Amino acid sequence: MDMGVFAVLAQDGITNGAVYALLAMALVLVFSVTRVIFLPQGEFIGYGALTVAALQSGQYPRLVSLLMAVGALTFCVELGTALYNKRYKPVPKLHLMWSAIENLAYPALIWVLARSIGWQDMPMAAQIAFALAMTIPLGIMIYRVAFQPMAEASVLVLLIVAVGVHFAMLGLGLFIFGPEGSTTRSFTEWSTEIGAMLVSGQSLVVIAVSLVMIGALYVFFDRSLYGKALRATAVNRKGAQLVGIGTSQAGRMAFGLAAGLGSLAGVLIAPLNTVGYDTGFVVALKGFVAAIVGGLASYPLAAAGAALVGLLESYSSFWASAYKEVIVFTLIIPVLAWRSLTSGHGDEE
Amino acid sequence: MSAPQQAPQADGQSVLETRNLCVRYGKVEALRATSIRLQAGQIVTVIGPNGAGKSSLLNAIMGLLPSNGTSEGQVLYLGHDVAHHNIEHRLGKGLALVPEKRELFTTMTVEDNLVLGAYRRRKSGWSYRDGLEGIYKIFPRLKERRKQLAGTMSGGERQMVAIGRALMSDPKVLMLDEPSLGLAPRVMAEVFHVISHLRESGVATLLIEQNSRAALQVSDYGYVLEVGDVTLEGKASDLAKNPKVIEAYLGKHA
Ligand SMILES: Nc1ncnc2c1ncn2[C@@H]1O[C@H](COP(=O)(O)OP(=O)(O)O)[C@@H](O)[C@H]1O
Ligand SMILES: [Mg+2]
Repeated sequence: MDMGVFAVLAQDGITNGAVYALLAMALVLVFSVTRVIFLPQGEFIGYGALTVAALQSGQYPRLVSLLMAVGALTFCVELGTALYNKRYKPVPKLHLMWSAIENLAYPALIWVLARSIGWQDMPMAAQIAFALAMTIPLGIMIYRVAFQPMAEASVLVLLIVAVGVHFAMLGLGLFIFGPEGSTTRSFTEWSTEIGAMLVSGQSLVVIAVSLVMIGALYVFFDRSLYGKALRATAVNRKGAQLVGIGTSQAGRMAFGLAAGLGSLAGVLIAPLNTVGYDTGFVVALKGFVAAIVGGLASYPLAAAGAALVGLLESYSSFWASAYKEVIVFTLIIPVLAWRSLTSGHGDEE
Repeated sequence: MSAPQQAPQADGQSVLETRNLCVRYGKVEALRATSIRLQAGQIVTVIGPNGAGKSSLLNAIMGLLPSNGTSEGQVLYLGHDVAHHNIEHRLGKGLALVPEKRELFTTMTVEDNLVLGAYRRRKSGWSYRDGLEGIYKIFPRLKERRKQLAGTMSGGERQMVAIGRALMSDPKVLMLDEPSLGLAPRVMAEVFHVISHLRESGVATLLIEQNSRAALQVSDYGYVLEVGDVTLEGKASDLAKNPKVIEAYLGKHA
């Protein structure tokens, strides 16, 4: 292998690694705050990419319909909980009003925007923002319907629910997007040569977006009160409850952020890869491998793991392309072995 | 000490009162029909052996029972029953709890722990800086250590962080669950010193202790809780002289 090939593979690996890093961060976030292993991550990749593709081809983004349906379901769950919960005596009217705005009015507004604006002529950033404006609330609603009612359940039960949500979203994805995959427009046609290597603008955009997101998350967790509240919930949920950080509020934030990161990852890979309703799962699993490297707890280690996964995948596709997935997923075994040897029982339940 | 009264619990408006509060864990009855009262600016202590239901009492007042626990009865805060309100609501009204296990955010700095204590307190005209200054005045040590991770502090300092975090929510009633647990005597004295001074800022304190001697010394009124029932109550100074109390709770230390 000469230097040129080596550099190309490195560029590929780092570009993919940047995407895996976003996914890994989302997984770490959701797990540490809610103890849910966020399997539906892959579906958000597909939902995000396919919605942008639909907007670009001038079709009605059918995710809006799903958002309205899930929103209506969420409102019904909130209403039912409010009416039948014995623990709250006064019916929380204000809460229900907010719930109606979030779950009924907001999706309706998105529907109006989807119908009234010619999205195919909009700049790509606006299309991406509009897609995220659907996927993020969808993530929050899914948390409300599927996970919040059993927030105290064991990790295993939560995992089983996550598997259920994963398959439900997969089926719905097939239903609303169809079996065909799509690609989106590229972010930029620009490229440059550094030495013998052709650096694509596409790669640079992906890496830059990922770095900016990581930086923004760092500032969010380090500086903002909400970020601190999420960290606090991850460290000690009882302590968080004591200072009035509702477990469900933290869970909503975590799921919203994770859904946003997942669909953003889908948007980032869509110009170079054909993304179908079911593509996301394997991509998300690689993010999962990276998150495991960080023990589902450490953001910097997860990011490092993501770079490792990206590079490993890239080089193994050159030497042993038929086995590249196997090689990447096999990485879990030494990592887990090493983790189980170095750490005692971190499970505090 | 507040003005001496013949029967301190008989008059005056109580900030906090429980009426027939029961706590159950499945079939286990941890607390039976317990009624206690706390008046503004008072320190009231509940003493009793391990497993008597002291923590259950505080957790039920705060609305933070473990998921297998349920409570019945009234929790009156300034005359309003808050027993069916969630913890955020009770916190917003002015109840704060320092639990037995402290429950600090160990991987975060002391200052972040304190700031999060005021998570629900976002009213106009109040800034974190003022709140933090207030806490640092009470616990100067925390100011020196404000950038240190809470998990790396000593036991006494952690207790200070826990009390400081609770005070950041600007409570009218502070509940302390065995604040002296696991502390060296000198540190314990410091914590009790702070507790007795909180009275000056108008905070009423409900103190739970196994270390009955120190608790009765700083308190105005006391209850003895045994296997879920209040068996004795009275002015703290009277309880400290009561032969039954001396035999059961003060004897070992005398
Ligand atoms: N989560 C729980 N589940 C079942 N039993 C509990 C639980 N918490 C406390 N108990 C029981 O309730 C009784 C009172 O406990 P607690 O309120 O912690 O007492 P104290 O604080 O006075 O030591 C004890 O018998 C204890 O075993
Ligand atoms: Mg206790």
